[in-house]
Amino acid sequence: MNGARNANAGVGRAASQIHRVLTEAWRLQPLYVSLYAILLSFVVGGVLISIIGVNPFTAYWALLRGMVGGGDEIAGSVARSVPFIGSALALAFAFRAGLFNIGAEGQLLAGGITAAYVGALSWMSDLPGFVAIPLILIAGTMGGAIWGGIPGVLRTKTGAHEVISTIMLNSLVLFGVRWMVNSRDPVVLRDTESTVPRTDPISDTAVLPELVDSQPVLHVGLFALVGICFVVAFVLKRTTFGFEVGTVGLNPHASHYAGINVNRVIVASMAASGAFAGLAAASEISGTNGFFQPGTFFLMGFDGIAIALLARTNPVAIIAAALLWGSMLSGAPLMQQEADVSIDVVRIIQAMVLLFVAADAIVRYLFRVRELDQSPFKATSIEGAV
Amino acid sequence: MAQASGGAARPVLEVEGITKAFPGVVANDDVSLTLNQGEIHCLLGENGAGKSTLVNMVFGLYRPDQGTIKVRGEEVHFEDSGDAIARGIGMVHQHFQLIPVFTVAENIILGNEVTKGAFLDLDSARRQIDSLAERYGLAVDPDATVGDLSVGEQQRVELVKALFRDADILILDEPTAVLTPGEVDDFFGVVESLTGQGKSIIFITHKLREVLAVADRITVLRAGQVVGTATAEGATQQSLANLMVGRDVVFRVDKAEADPGAPVLRTQDLRVADDRGVETVTGFDVEVRAGEIFGIAGVEGNGQRELVEAICGMRPTAGGRVEMLGQETTDWSPRKINELGVAHVPENRSKHGVVAQYTIADNLVLNRYHHRKFSQRGVRNTAAINAEAQELVEQFDVRTPGVDAVIDTLSGGNQQKVIVARELTGDLKALVVAQPTRGLDVGSIEFIHRKIIELRDRGVAVLLVSAELDEILSLSDRIGVLYRGRLAGTVNAADATREELGLLMATGSSGGQR
Repeated sequence: MNGARNANAGVGRAASQIHRVLTEAWRLQPLYVSLYAILLSFVVGGVLISIIGVNPFTAYWALLRGMVGGGDEIAGSVARSVPFIGSALALAFAFRAGLFNIGAEGQLLAGGITAAYVGALSWMSDLPGFVAIPLILIAGTMGGAIWGGIPGVLRTKTGAHEVISTIMLNSLVLFGVRWMVNSRDPVVLRDTESTVPRTDPISDTAVLPELVDSQPVLHVGLFALVGICFVVAFVLKRTTFGFEVGTVGLNPHASHYAGINVNRVIVASMAASGAFAGLAAASEISGTNGFFQPGTFFLMGFDGIAIALLARTNPVAIIAAALLWGSMLSGAPLMQQEADVSIDVVRIIQAMVLLFVAADAIVRYLFRVRELDQSPFKATSIEGAV
Repeated sequence: MAQASGGAARPVLEVEGITKAFPGVVANDDVSLTLNQGEIHCLLGENGAGKSTLVNMVFGLYRPDQGTIKVRGEEVHFEDSGDAIARGIGMVHQHFQLIPVFTVAENIILGNEVTKGAFLDLDSARRQIDSLAERYGLAVDPDATVGDLSVGEQQRVELVKALFRDADILILDEPTAVLTPGEVDDFFGVVESLTGQGKSIIFITHKLREVLAVADRITVLRAGQVVGTATAEGATQQSLANLMVGRDVVFRVDKAEADPGAPVLRTQDLRVADDRGVETVTGFDVEVRAGEIFGIAGVEGNGQRELVEAICGMRPTAGGRVEMLGQETTDWSPRKINELGVAHVPENRSKHGVVAQYTIADNLVLNRYHHRKFSQRGVRNTAAINAEAQELVEQFDVRTPGVDAVIDTLSGGNQQKVIVARELTGDLKALVVAQPTRGLDVGSIEFIHRKIIELRDRGVAVLLVSAELDEILSLSDRIGVLYRGRLAGTVNAADATREELGLLMATGSSGGQR
């Protein structure tokens, strides 16, 4: 009994030692829980892998090489991660305004279909690239913004909760685009020459330049989405509008009292959120796919929720969290190939990350982390950003 | 206040040399206190003096760092409040711990269910509640739904709940803060009937008048230490206030004769509905002139909240008009009204007054963050915001480590000073203040009153709404009584008496005497 207690104390000491190093050397205060959640998920995932009868180190080594084992792997991982940045920002921005936007899935589709439609317009090929590319990106962004703005308007005009309305709008756009792209009679947006359901290919002038010919292709959209993260960080922390968003998120009653137009902030925040998802979709259509297929963004919006929470809705941390998320998905096939561990194990590990971030008490107990000023599910103050 | 029979006072609770520290603050420093059987022992102190910490230790919610607690001569170490309840200690918190959708009986037996087999035995619970109610004069209907009860009734339910668990020692945390003057009198009757039957009571308050009315003995805390013990006979309001604050307190607000100018704020037949759609302001007419304080007295719930919110643009009107500075401002937005030079100190500090997670600096610019001084081309000028905050913090004597401290770390009094600092600066023409000193300590009240008078003397029209009759009487130049959503009468403050106003508040008329 004493021995068990000593062993327990030993683990605790080791864990708090890790904590001390992170505290003093890295100064990562607001992100401890996330880092430990990742660590813990990999440990639990390792146990799971050994139960299957595979050496977890072999599996993880293959996973790691699949993620960052060479230039192509790294480029592929980054490329896979880029759209997640947008879908995570879609949650994070609305979150700061006290709104739970779980409609990124639908906002991606709305942005993607709009971008594909505009990109395939016949006159697009007459435009030079420096006009056509911004145009397709703006079109997608607008599509997402409108689809995100609708729940905002519904909330302010009718009081409909955005969680419910975004779920409904997800279904609406999901089946809507599926019909538009599948239907042959009448033809709506289907490329009739194609055997698989997809839209017409976009004009060559609207294709984002390629950076690395990896799998998938790494394109210039990376800069757009990373740049947006820094813009959002600046807006939230330093601008008057960001102050209004944060104030409404933390206390809508006080905002109303202080003269902030709460309804305007809600609609604007939801539209901005949708815009980020729309931009991500447009950059994928333009840089990666070249056309729209209904399944393209499957689960990307919901992964965005996990990534945003992992990053504690901090726009800059989202870049890192999205990179981790995308690379894990990108590296998983090699793990399956070499260690015979299903890709789904990576999905399980990702689910556990989210679970441990949400149930942060587990992590706090194990690693002796004191309660932070705010939990990841409460919006952080404007000063807490970046 | 009868001592319990049986000769010499018998201590039921002895707290000896208790010390309790929280990170950065010693909340209780070597505090001792003795509660005798059948006694009402008042614990008096400013906000943050350590009263709640002390009773939370007695009730098992905190554990003391040092010192001992004895119940009926026996030393106890409570792990949680369950242990304290088992020892016959009951506590009525300032914020009631009741479930609004349950009935009175269900709330009372909650956690202590009387069962018959697998079923609740509500009948026998009801009988017990009735007999308790009768014995102590605590009229409660066991079958009423708690959410439908008035605050005073809910408090009685809390008391019955404690008695139902056989509490002999009752801790009452600021029990009168939520009651109307009439309910306070009823409450004192109940308290005396409890002690008359052998119960012992620790009564926490910072209202001096109440202390002198009910206490047998008084312990005064300041900054975590006991600074004095007194009997009610030996104490005066002045002596207690000085002990509490640690210096001489001026009760009377010094103010010169008002010199009213042109009308600034006027309402005509104003009607406003509350959240449920019930019209609670039912034709309100008032005219407040520059340089005067118009006080609105009245029992809470007579439309005060809706009136203030409608005037300040936070709530749509249902009829009538509001005029300010000669313009009609009916249903203008809060910002437009504010930019006219109308400030508003809201009734509900935490809901409307501050953003709890923001710094003091951000809270100080909450309604003017967008002014050119603090924001250029949409980008916040942090340096200017902090400089302004620094100045206001000094000017309004906000006790804080710095303007970048999160406002939630401040005491209620200091938070209110932040709100007052924000609202009372700038080029004001009118000021609407609701319950400006509710829950504050004597020092902060004095300070805020002085600031309001200063503003009046500078020619600002002040509309003051308060449930504290003393506050209305000492600040106002004219007093109107709000009764069922309209003005029941207006009197000059100089001629007003408590009795006359009390009658107006209770009945809506002065009884045809005048």
